[in-house]
Amino acid sequence: MLKFTEEHEWLKIEGGVATVGITTHAAEQLGDLVYVELPEVGATFSKNDNAATVESVKAASDVFCPLDGEIVEINDAIVAHPEMVNADAQGAAWFFKLKLANPADADGLMDEDAYGRMIA
Amino acid sequence: MDDAPLLKTPLHALHRQLGARMVPFAGYDMPVQYPAGVLKEHLATRSACGLFDVSHMGQVAIRAKSGRIEDAALALESLIPVDILGLKPGRQRYGLFTNDEGGILDDLMVANRGDHFYMVVNASCKDADFQHMQEHLGDRCTFEILADRALVALQGPHAEQVLAEFCPEVTSMKFMDVEFDDLHDVDCIVSRSGYSGEDGFEVSIPSDKAELVVKRMLDHPDCEPVGLGARDSLRLEAGLCLYGNDIDTTTSPVEAGLEWAIQKVRRKGGARAGGFPGANRILEELENGASRRRVGIRPEGKAPVRAHALLYGDEGGATTLGEVTSGGFGPSVDGPVAMGYVPISHAKAGTRIFAEVRGKFLPCTVAELPFIKPTYKR
Repeated sequence: MLKFTEEHEWLKIEGGVATVGITTHAAEQLGDLVYVELPEVGATFSKNDNAATVESVKAASDVFCPLDGEIVEINDAIVAHPEMVNADAQGAAWFFKLKLANPADADGLMDEDAYGRMIA
Repeated sequence: MDDAPLLKTPLHALHRQLGARMVPFAGYDMPVQYPAGVLKEHLATRSACGLFDVSHMGQVAIRAKSGRIEDAALALESLIPVDILGLKPGRQRYGLFTNDEGGILDDLMVANRGDHFYMVVNASCKDADFQHMQEHLGDRCTFEILADRALVALQGPHAEQVLAEFCPEVTSMKFMDVEFDDLHDVDCIVSRSGYSGEDGFEVSIPSDKAELVVKRMLDHPDCEPVGLGARDSLRLEAGLCLYGNDIDTTTSPVEAGLEWAIQKVRRKGGARAGGFPGANRILEELENGASRRRVGIRPEGKAPVRAHALLYGDEGGATTLGEVTSGGFGPSVDGPVAMGYVPISHAKAGTRIFAEVRGKFLPCTVAELPFIKPTYKR
């Protein structure tokens, strides 16, 4: 089951590791992405730190770290092909995997229904 | 901007109908993109024809109180460092309003319409421009603000075909020609010009007929609506200045690389040399050059370098050169492109410089402008 943030990220949490991406809604709002910058494996972030950057033709936008944790894997495919994010934001175009410092913090995030209401 | 309600162009309802995403721009509610998106809209303009609503721009008819157009030309030359007296009927020219310090108040297009001048200025400057002209030229000229006219641009290799469906005569127009045309019984001012680096036209249409005419244009299979997003990436690739970004009151025409806009007759030794605000500085810079210059910048990597990124001569960030004034991703270049100001010592094409983006110093190369080959029909 996916979790969501107010900053339009999704998380899929398995065994204390969250796979993180931006939502389909966010990708639509950003428009055609032309550049993605990801963090380095091993980097640690606090919740709401700027962890990645996406750029459309028009503008650069920050992607925030949804919870405290350490980057354990990044998706190089979206760096090579930023357009993947527009095509499959909540699937193949995940951004990074985050080993959560406090897995219980995820309980405070939104579920899909709550996120759907937020963007409605 | 303040909280005043946004103004609407005569095509506002049509933009909504076409599914545009609207944003505030220069006090107007304007389409930034349509459902196709910035990338596709940009490429459609380069390969076929893009239609742009630029009705927010200021259109004004300028007449001499004496009735002699020469008097209006000479009046305008006292504010604009351009040969306006030599502009023939049916021809248009790029120009600039300068200030006493030699900075740029606005850039503009001015056309000789036989018995008067027709001028188009930037939306964000139009009120100040009209006031500036009224204040300095009001004793000699009258200014009729054409608030009841929409303005649309058709840009791209198929723009001629799209417009020729209305008016076959446009095919004989050359770059910077201006004429009055009858587009299916609608009186329009048509100029062969634009802001994309492509061949194309700008068409001034009476507001009450604008939606009708534009819908017919969009009926053409090669014609797609294009928003402000792609308008910006197109003009950036074409190396064209955006007022407020690349030129403003702190940049001189020579620093901006706009010497070509100042004809010999207005320079030192010319028959009507000087006589415009800031002439001392501008004439001197035309002779001896300025200490800095607007240049094209190609980042070597894939990361876009955007406006206000700082430029350095070394990768450690020790030598500050200047600032990026416009930058982003160029869909036709298929990579990042930018423009900015650097000292003359670093202005030669091929010079390696560095741009600071998110704390990193990204290597870039100073490049010739434009980034694409323009296709103006000379």
